[in-house]
Amino acid sequence: MIRINCPYCGERDHSEFSYGGDATINYPSLDASEKEWTEAIFFRKNIKGFQFETWHHSNGCRMWLVVERSTVTHEIKSVKPCHPNLQKVVENNK
Amino acid sequence: MKTRRLDNYGKINRDKILSFRWDKKNYKGFEGDTLASALLANNIGIVGRSFKYHRPRGIFSSGVEESGALVTIGSKDRRDPNVRATTQELYNGLEASGQNAFPNVNFDLAGINNYLGRFFAAGFYYKTFMGIPPFEWGRGTAIWMFFEKFIRKAAGMGSASELPDPDSYEHAHDFCDLIVVGSGPAGVAAAIEAAEKKLDVILVEQDSLVGGDQLAENNFDNSQIKNQLENLGIKIMTRTTAFGLYDNCVVGLLERVTDHISAPNVNIPRQRFWTIRAKHIIVGAGAIERHIAFNNNDIPGVMTVNASKHYLNRYGVLTGKRIAIATNNDSVYETAQQLSEAGANVTVLDSRTNFEIETNKSFEIRKGYVPYNINGSKKIHSLDVSKSEDINKSETINCDQVLLSGGWSPAVHLLSHRGVRPKWDYSNACFLPSDSKENITMVGSSRGLWNKNDCIASGIAGTTDALNRLGISKTNYFFPKPGGWKNPIQPLYEVKYKKSRSKSFVDYQHDVTTDDVRLAHREGFISVEHLKRYTTLGMANDQGKMGNIIGLSLMAELLNKEIPEVGTTVFRPPYTPVSIGALSGRNVGKHFRPLRVTPMHQWNIDHGAKMIEVGLYQRPWYYPKENETLSDSYIREASTVRKTVGICDITSLGKIAIQGPDSSEFLNRIYSNGFSKLQVGKARYGIMLRDDGIVMDDGTSWRLAENEYFMTTSTGEAAKVMSWLEELLQTRWTNLNVNVTSVSEQWAGVSIAGPKSREVLNNCVDDSLVVTNNNLPFMGVTSTFLKGNIPCRIARISFSGELAFEVYVKSDFANTMMDLLWENAKKYDGCLYGLEALGALRVEKGHVTAAELDGRVTIDDAGLSKMASTKKSYIGSAMRKRGVLKNNDREILVGFFPTNLKETFNAGTIVCEKNNIKGQGIGRITSVTYSPELGHWIGLGFVKGGLDKWKDTNLVGADPVRNKQMNLKVVSPHMIDPNGERMYA
Ligand SMILES: [Zn+2]
Repeated sequence: MIRINCPYCGERDHSEFSYGGDATINYPSLDASEKEWTEAIFFRKNIKGFQFETWHHSNGCRMWLVVERSTVTHEIKSVKPCHPNLQKVVENNK
Repeated sequence: MKTRRLDNYGKINRDKILSFRWDKKNYKGFEGDTLASALLANNIGIVGRSFKYHRPRGIFSSGVEESGALVTIGSKDRRDPNVRATTQELYNGLEASGQNAFPNVNFDLAGINNYLGRFFAAGFYYKTFMGIPPFEWGRGTAIWMFFEKFIRKAAGMGSASELPDPDSYEHAHDFCDLIVVGSGPAGVAAAIEAAEKKLDVILVEQDSLVGGDQLAENNFDNSQIKNQLENLGIKIMTRTTAFGLYDNCVVGLLERVTDHISAPNVNIPRQRFWTIRAKHIIVGAGAIERHIAFNNNDIPGVMTVNASKHYLNRYGVLTGKRIAIATNNDSVYETAQQLSEAGANVTVLDSRTNFEIETNKSFEIRKGYVPYNINGSKKIHSLDVSKSEDINKSETINCDQVLLSGGWSPAVHLLSHRGVRPKWDYSNACFLPSDSKENITMVGSSRGLWNKNDCIASGIAGTTDALNRLGISKTNYFFPKPGGWKNPIQPLYEVKYKKSRSKSFVDYQHDVTTDDVRLAHREGFISVEHLKRYTTLGMANDQGKMGNIIGLSLMAELLNKEIPEVGTTVFRPPYTPVSIGALSGRNVGKHFRPLRVTPMHQWNIDHGAKMIEVGLYQRPWYYPKENETLSDSYIREASTVRKTVGICDITSLGKIAIQGPDSSEFLNRIYSNGFSKLQVGKARYGIMLRDDGIVMDDGTSWRLAENEYFMTTSTGEAAKVMSWLEELLQTRWTNLNVNVTSVSEQWAGVSIAGPKSREVLNNCVDDSLVVTNNNLPFMGVTSTFLKGNIPCRIARISFSGELAFEVYVKSDFANTMMDLLWENAKKYDGCLYGLEALGALRVEKGHVTAAELDGRVTIDDAGLSKMASTKKSYIGSAMRKRGVLKNNDREILVGFFPTNLKETFNAGTIVCEKNNIKGQGIGRITSVTYSPELGHWIGLGFVKGGLDKWKDTNLVGADPVRNKQMNLKVVSPHMIDPNGERMYA
């Protein structure tokens, strides 16, 4: 079982979380072209090794997180809030 | 019958006699027995029939690797098949029977299969019944389907009870610093060392007693160890198997709580499924003794050497009188001596020629001899042996038991679960565990250590490793080298014997013979994984714990390779079988999934509601009067709504509070239609698209104040929409100042619909002016009070097409609201209506729900193009214009009437052109109802090209599932009041 160290709740089973997706995508602006949107939502790298992905602590604090996880071993290197303001709060509390 | 129990041996409690039944006869055993030891003590040799050939089978082992003594325990709803007699503790009244035999294991009619062996070789079923694709695919499958039930009856093991399981099971959780699997010398040493270093330790033992293989020693006292462990505060879990290792040092355990008790307390679960989250795992799971393949090596009376030692010293049962032991290693000699001291006549056949061993000379050792054939069928008469180098120089040894030791395989299973491949060790002829990058350490004989002192040293080293990895210490340590016997083992996997109909078993449980492995090789199934699947070697309960290595060695020989080049199959959880009951725990019956009810749930039931499940929710389905059927009831309810007034519980809709200065901007981005100009006190119906331009959900948002909205979503998508809004605010639009809160549980909602709805509501509110047409126009919103000073929110929203209102109060006021509304609705001959009538009303009106918005439909497909703003960009606005979503053969929302208005039809019907009834047709029907207003059945659905293309064409509705066809015509989805005159009234 993957265990994710939520910055707010502490280390919890992955069954408390919902997987989001690729955390590195910069979604285009709403008025961007169809081509830009196609790139953003349909094209994905198939990474072997560490990747950044979003997880939602849906059965916990409801925070969206960026998790740096190895697709090979499930090892997790880092977990931080997606929202930059929450990131700052976590940093300041360290 | 003579008992084989010895007076001065064993640790069974002879003061406690237990009665049990085996194959409908009564026997006795003692407390501390397993079923296997009690059967052996009662001289019962045959305990089962084999899988394919129905050969008589006995007890091969004394533990979890058992592949012969698989029996059925209990009866009726507590019948448990394929239980290993070797691990089933005896209890008073235990009822057990042999399997896979008719009428019984001693006389089995299907034993004829033994003589039809060539028909049952590897791959027999595939070849015979599956056909040779592609030419015979269909035919082969048909043959299989015909024969399947006969074959399933003839092959296979015990049959499970088909009755509901009366026992309860539990899921449990625990945390610790260190979990130690196995309580042999290594595991105990590791646990003690860790506890002394202040670690929080759990020690898991699958046996009922701690001690591991020491339980087979004649002078071993386990109570001392137990006390020591307990005094150190170690949590000892016996009768508990670590069946799997998972990511992040999570261990799955199965605790058998009451399987050894004759009349368990019904309030105690039968088994517990534990999830342990540890910081480090030490595995001291021991090693498993292998057998040797030679002709008739499965006759009852064949056993591993170590098993007979267990039966002698732990259970006081001498398993044979004239015992031949065949070995290739040193591990058997202590046992041989003890067996001979206990009164057996023992001969050891050692395949090695040059070795020295110290014994008391009470038994004969024949160096360089190997067994090649057992004579006998239901029991052993004699053993044919030969000099290793020359198979022709043979002799026959009279014996009633043959004990085998083909070497030992460390139990690397748990480490294998983590994807760590073991390495072949030539000098010990076994796979040894590799180091794991994760916090897992292997100790004891599961890392190939054969003597006790090495095991203890490895346990302490294992804990030091754990402490180092956890950053608690930085101490040097070393593990003893694998091995530990005085003389090296000499690999011996098979002794060949050329004779027709010879059967040398590699895997007892699935009747896989050496010939099957050779056949697989001839037919090209040479990869280990293919070999396994083609021959079924290493499948079933025992998962090849005894036979896998023999199979590998045969394949290696055939391929002219070494064993490590052939590979080893990857072990996967579970190590030993886990019951389905334990997996499901308490999540059965009504507790299978959470139940959600609305705050007026009981009120609805008290007022006659029949309920239906919608997702997790229980919602009122219909409110029958007297003898009304479902359809009588919903037709009456829907008619009443159109005629006067009806009240419907809509609390299950998702409800989200949206607050903050950027709320309007936020809604304007997520809904396809404009929201920026929505005034305070007004609501708007909105559609949300996904990024890819497909419809996600629809609902309403009410502007309660400048910076506050109340959003409703569909019941089914409520959770998804909430997560989506949070995702957008936390990941994409992090500069928007908006807060979203789920308030679904906080508000109870009803819809009050029909021409008299305003009058009813008028009587229920404190200030009757608030609901007048002027003050509360269509889509108007107000926050006001129901009589009795109950704060409420009211919006004039219609789903039925009638004049209608949605009223929300805080959940605590739900019943009061219902009483108030219902009391007044009755004055107008109103009704309570459920989901079925709600469905009828919305289908008549052409409103879409989840049945239509199924994740494939665009806003244009749903006929809602006017809801797509052209003046702004929003989520999905770019992608909804992409090519494939603009094809003119998209399926478009339409209404359906049967051509013959007396006919009925069903949702799921496929719409086809006449004379072209095939495949997916040109459309589909998603919702169907009887329309009380129109007086016949109507449907909603989709058809390629929509109404314009088909409005004057007769189409066919094909319903192959119900074997039905009917003529249909396509109509506008707005089947009644298309201009909304009633709604705006
Ligand atoms: Zn959290």
